[in-house]
Amino acid sequence: MRRFVDWLDHRTGLETAIRSFLYEEIPASAGWHQVLGSVAIFAFLIQAFTGVLLAFNYAPTPGEAYNSLRYITSQVTAGKLIHGLHHWGASVMIIVVVLHMTQVFIWGAYKKPREATWMVGVFLLLVTLAYGLTGYLLPWDNRAYWGTIVTTRIAAQAPLLGPYLTRLLGVDGNIGVVTFARFYAAHVMLLPPVTTLLIGIHVYLVRKHGVTPAAGDIAPKQKFFPAQVFKDTVAIAIAFMVLFLMASAVQVPLERLADPTDTAYTPRPEWYFLFLFQTLKFFEGPLEIFGSVVLPTLAILVLFLVPFLDRKPAVRVAKRGFAILVACLAGLGWTALTAAALRSSPHPAETAENSGAAVQAWQQLSPEELAGIGYFRDEKCSNCHSVGHAPGGTVGPNLANISASRRNAAWMMRHFRHPADVIPGTSMPPIQLSDDQLYTLTAFLLKLSPANADALAAAPDTMVRGAMIYQSNHCEACHLVNGSGMKIGPPLNGLASRRQKDWVEKHFADPKKMSPGSMMPPYHFNPKEMEDVTAYLMQLPAASQ
Amino acid sequence: MNEEKIIDRRRFELTSIYALGAAIAAALGIPAFSYLLVPPKSKGSAEWVDAVDLSKLTVGTPEEVVFRRDRVDGWKVTSEKTTAWVIKQSDGQAVALAPQCTHLGCAYHWDDRDGNFICPCHNSRFSKDGKVLSGPAPRPLDRYAVRKEGTHLLIGTILPAAKDS
Repeated sequence: MRRFVDWLDHRTGLETAIRSFLYEEIPASAGWHQVLGSVAIFAFLIQAFTGVLLAFNYAPTPGEAYNSLRYITSQVTAGKLIHGLHHWGASVMIIVVVLHMTQVFIWGAYKKPREATWMVGVFLLLVTLAYGLTGYLLPWDNRAYWGTIVTTRIAAQAPLLGPYLTRLLGVDGNIGVVTFARFYAAHVMLLPPVTTLLIGIHVYLVRKHGVTPAAGDIAPKQKFFPAQVFKDTVAIAIAFMVLFLMASAVQVPLERLADPTDTAYTPRPEWYFLFLFQTLKFFEGPLEIFGSVVLPTLAILVLFLVPFLDRKPAVRVAKRGFAILVACLAGLGWTALTAAALRSSPHPAETAENSGAAVQAWQQLSPEELAGIGYFRDEKCSNCHSVGHAPGGTVGPNLANISASRRNAAWMMRHFRHPADVIPGTSMPPIQLSDDQLYTLTAFLLKLSPANADALAAAPDTMVRGAMIYQSNHCEACHLVNGSGMKIGPPLNGLASRRQKDWVEKHFADPKKMSPGSMMPPYHFNPKEMEDVTAYLMQLPAASQ
Repeated sequence: MNEEKIIDRRRFELTSIYALGAAIAAALGIPAFSYLLVPPKSKGSAEWVDAVDLSKLTVGTPEEVVFRRDRVDGWKVTSEKTTAWVIKQSDGQAVALAPQCTHLGCAYHWDDRDGNFICPCHNSRFSKDGKVLSGPAPRPLDRYAVRKEGTHLLIGTILPAAKDS
């Protein structure tokens, strides 16, 4: 073994390099307060490791991204844990990086000759935040979509640079596949090498100038290994334990698939950006740009210039009252803003009001037409057919542009049952649905036009499921929705303005108890069905006729 | 601090560094290992597909049957064409052979003249019931699980390989 190590060292100098790294002399005053830099590097390595693992099972395109992430967390062995480590690891990394900066600030370690070390450190902080920003979009759930909409709109406000930034982020009116590709590429291809390079420079500079001694430390120096490495390792182990417990115990939020038509969604950023979110609320109208662009830019600039703004050589905390005061105020400000944001922004569950929101195209469909979207999705028609601009296959024709000769129920029904009889040589398989279900599908396709295709394709799944339940239980035999059905029971448009959701749920279970004299039979849905059908009924727009 | 205490301290620190390092490596390594190598939980049970009406087949003559089935492919379910060689037996039962040679996965075909299956890649020959007659194939042809419903043959998953006898 010894001989092999000697051989290797002679050829590569590896052992010598490791030795000179480990036996570096550090001040006698170095200790527990200086472990945070190592913990930050460890946090980065965890992110890199779990990130690569996630990428092995992840498809980086919208829609697919969401499905593959669901696959990772629900089917892949230990997938939930790996995803949890990556998600919560981001938060751990931000906390550690900020604590590291705070420690360096309080110990005055940014002062001459270590200004460059500090500035590279600020770059690393920005890179860390950039990971948070770009990674936020990658699950492609509602949270990711709407959160990123806000981010890109803020970028667009930047004076002069706005339009260029927007183009760089791949935002063309709205965020879409290009934005996603840009964010993904930045997150996994651009930022990691940049981080590695910056960490290299940072560590090199730390080594060049030596670890900062405490004020008045003239004791003989000690070696980095093993005393300091021991402290670093213990700190790393503690951080890892916290992260591991979080990843195993706390569910990572994954909302439903991104839904650009969801008018009820209130996006909120990740906790470490909440202070910016709150700052924005203090500025209105033309002043908004101060909160969104000017102040953050100034703050970053000030952070960069800290070593030049405070050039006095004093490092003792007692002699740097003003600097410490500024740091405390910054910390307090951050805490207050974050707390205010947490208190003021509504809980996601309470935001399901859509009063005053514009009525979406799908909300105006009859229950049958909306339920048809459900069969369209269940039968995976989009594997071969596109609808408008929504992603879909190209094997069959785009269904928003069906020619007039085929735009009738009889042709469509024949085509669904025996495609090859109607279009010889077609590769479309017969659709295995009952006639009732095929008629429902037909109702949707007859409604489809190039003008409404995109809006209809975006109908939220819950609503579509609700309409399918409504349809399959023949509710239209008594009730009227969007002008379709009967008026034996009360018309259901605008139900949300008359009844609460839990009233509707109780009414399903026992109509006679909730409204005496009702002829409606009780319906017993499972919780998922109940959720879908009530969500569907509660969104019905007020009648316009 | 005397010499002995310093040595003890150093030993404690070294042991801790290695122990903690090993614990972290294990806590990351074991999940990573299972993440990559343990097969994912599959959703739903194997389905049976109505592949062919047996009354239309001749006893003893292998027939290439094409049917459609859903295949779970990671996070996707794709509907794809699948083939089976179905041989109707005299007792009304049937055998369905998976369409790939057990050597290197080429598609084999039925040789009517010799009355056996031949793989064009490396000349493996199989008897009508899938036994290896000659060539490099290491084991008999794989079989699908089959079930009869009336005269229809339902095909399930490929059965685990049987031992070559």
